[in-house]
Amino acid sequence: MASVQIADVRKAYGSTQVIHGVDIDIPDGEFVILVGPSGCGKSTLLRMIAGLENISGGEIRIGPRVVNDVPPKERDIAMVFQNYALYPHMTVADNMAFSMKLRKAPKAEIEERVSKAAGILGLDKLLDRYPRQLSGGQRQRVAMGRAIVRDPQVFLFDEPLSNLDAKLRVQMRTEIKELHQRLKTTTVYVTHDQIEAMTMADKIVVMHDGIVEQMGAPLDLYDRPNNLFVASFIGSPSMNLLKGTITAAGFETEGGVVWPIGQHPADSNGTAAVFGIRPEHIQLNPNGLKAEVVVIEPMGSETQVVVRCGGQNLTCVFRERITAKPGESIGITPDTNVTHLFDAATGKRIS
Amino acid sequence: MVHSTLDLPATRIPARSERTAWQKLRVSRNWLGFWYMMPAMLILILFLAYPLFLGVWLSFTDTKIGRAGEFIGLENYEWLSDDSVFWTSVFNTLLYTIVASIAKFVIGLYLALLLNRHLPFKAMIRALVLIPFIVPTVLSAIAFWWIYDSQFSIISWSLRQLGWISGNINFLGDPWNARWSTIFANVWRGVPFIAITLLAGLQTVSPSLYEAATLDGATPWQRFRHITYPLLTPIIAVVMTFSVLFTFTDFQLIWALTRGGPVNATHLMATLSYQRAIIAGQLGEGAAISTAMIPFLLAAIGIAWYGLQTRKWQQGGSND
Repeated sequence: MASVQIADVRKAYGSTQVIHGVDIDIPDGEFVILVGPSGCGKSTLLRMIAGLENISGGEIRIGPRVVNDVPPKERDIAMVFQNYALYPHMTVADNMAFSMKLRKAPKAEIEERVSKAAGILGLDKLLDRYPRQLSGGQRQRVAMGRAIVRDPQVFLFDEPLSNLDAKLRVQMRTEIKELHQRLKTTTVYVTHDQIEAMTMADKIVVMHDGIVEQMGAPLDLYDRPNNLFVASFIGSPSMNLLKGTITAAGFETEGGVVWPIGQHPADSNGTAAVFGIRPEHIQLNPNGLKAEVVVIEPMGSETQVVVRCGGQNLTCVFRERITAKPGESIGITPDTNVTHLFDAATGKRIS
Repeated sequence: MVHSTLDLPATRIPARSERTAWQKLRVSRNWLGFWYMMPAMLILILFLAYPLFLGVWLSFTDTKIGRAGEFIGLENYEWLSDDSVFWTSVFNTLLYTIVASIAKFVIGLYLALLLNRHLPFKAMIRALVLIPFIVPTVLSAIAFWWIYDSQFSIISWSLRQLGWISGNINFLGDPWNARWSTIFANVWRGVPFIAITLLAGLQTVSPSLYEAATLDGATPWQRFRHITYPLLTPIIAVVMTFSVLFTFTDFQLIWALTRGGPVNATHLMATLSYQRAIIAGQLGEGAAISTAMIPFLLAAIGIAWYGLQTRKWQQGGSND
């Protein structure tokens, strides 16, 4: 196991720069998730850690060693690919044993490690099968088994769950997290799915257009997004963002509605800003702001309601069941302890 | 029986019992399938099965051009078994097929691996590789005929200019020179087919397999040995079967270059058969030579079939 340090790393294809100086510090044993929309450079960064892409600038260290010019096979990392990349002409056992066979490990050791990994992942009965004979989830497990057998310094995952169906994805999420808790191997995991990031990571790195927007523990990012991008990216359903101006009375939207807000810097009055409130932080209150119900989506445990207030649609999530019908009016009020304000010009958080 | 009462007025449909056999043939689904298969079957019977059986039949007769023959049993084959020219042609055919096929495979695979990389002007190079395949065989044979000419050969000329040889090389006049020369021409012509087919096969191999193997610690040679080659074997089996069949039955190139000479040194079974049957008029004997090729061809197909059969990993499982 080892730490991973990424210092001012840049990547350019010809004259197009895709990663503009990224710094990430990953302590030994941490589970870090790189998350961002497609094209943000997260996969490229992972492939640079793996050694499958050259590093155009900056430095990547695995443990104490700078690996910029170390060939992939000497970096002591294992990677799980999005399409699993299982060798179709080898059985499950051979797939897992391949790396050890290449370095001519003793047969007994190979068998021991393969059966141990198979035991961890519940693949014991599938060892003689070919990848074609496996289901998506089983293939995913074999791909992880191949990584576990290596006993590497760092695990790299490149969107490993995006080829699975929704139910299996939830199940595998738990399995991967459990595996990490058991093996405690440093892990870098790439996904575009913020729910995966929230549920699995020790630390989330939100990337956008080749820069790191924010990194931190999942709930820190959720509770205190640094900027509008993180605010809108993290959380599902996503945060309601309303444009307007900060006034002494509260936050006045473009539609003329005044939202009560909590503490805010006194000198910010009059600035153009964006008001953010998460759907679950809007409460029902007969004396609150009047809003017209547009759509009601009952989920059983909670009710998601889209309302129209001051000309803007807002998503609210209530624990209560809603009896109002679309078109009817309800009263809502924000929980002023957990509202967010962002500068309209820079997108930065106003604290 | 499918008939729709929606489409046709009921009165015009005869009752089941009143239908004639012809009407049944026209409406029956099974017969409909048969009618659709008829053209293909006719073509196959007329142009494949009939000539094949006629050839085999002729080999058991003493037919000559202009004279219908009689059944003579295995006499043609007995005659051939004592014929040293026939055995020379068998030897030539095997040598020609084995050497040319191996050379074509090695060069073709090498070219395919090369073309699968990121080269500048990749599309143009790929098109260029195909040229020997596009040129009609006879035209390329005539070009080789000049290249191998005893007086004007460009190879002899070049080597003389370099000072490596003093006299011209007698390419097509010396038995072994002629054998190697025809094999070279065949290889030149056959490589593009193999290279392009194997290239197509290479492109179906997912790049992430190579990346996974790289991370697993495989060297370039190990990646070829453990990933590329095994994944390519099904295509190799098919393409090499075709290659062996086409090489074994080659006729045009030899006929245009040497007509089997010198002293039968380059006669293949196909050219010898043509010479005996059409030029000398001994249809029965020529047919026997052609028929003698069949066991060899079946063996080649059998080996390829075996090669295809053993690929268990390709067969899909029950789930997914």
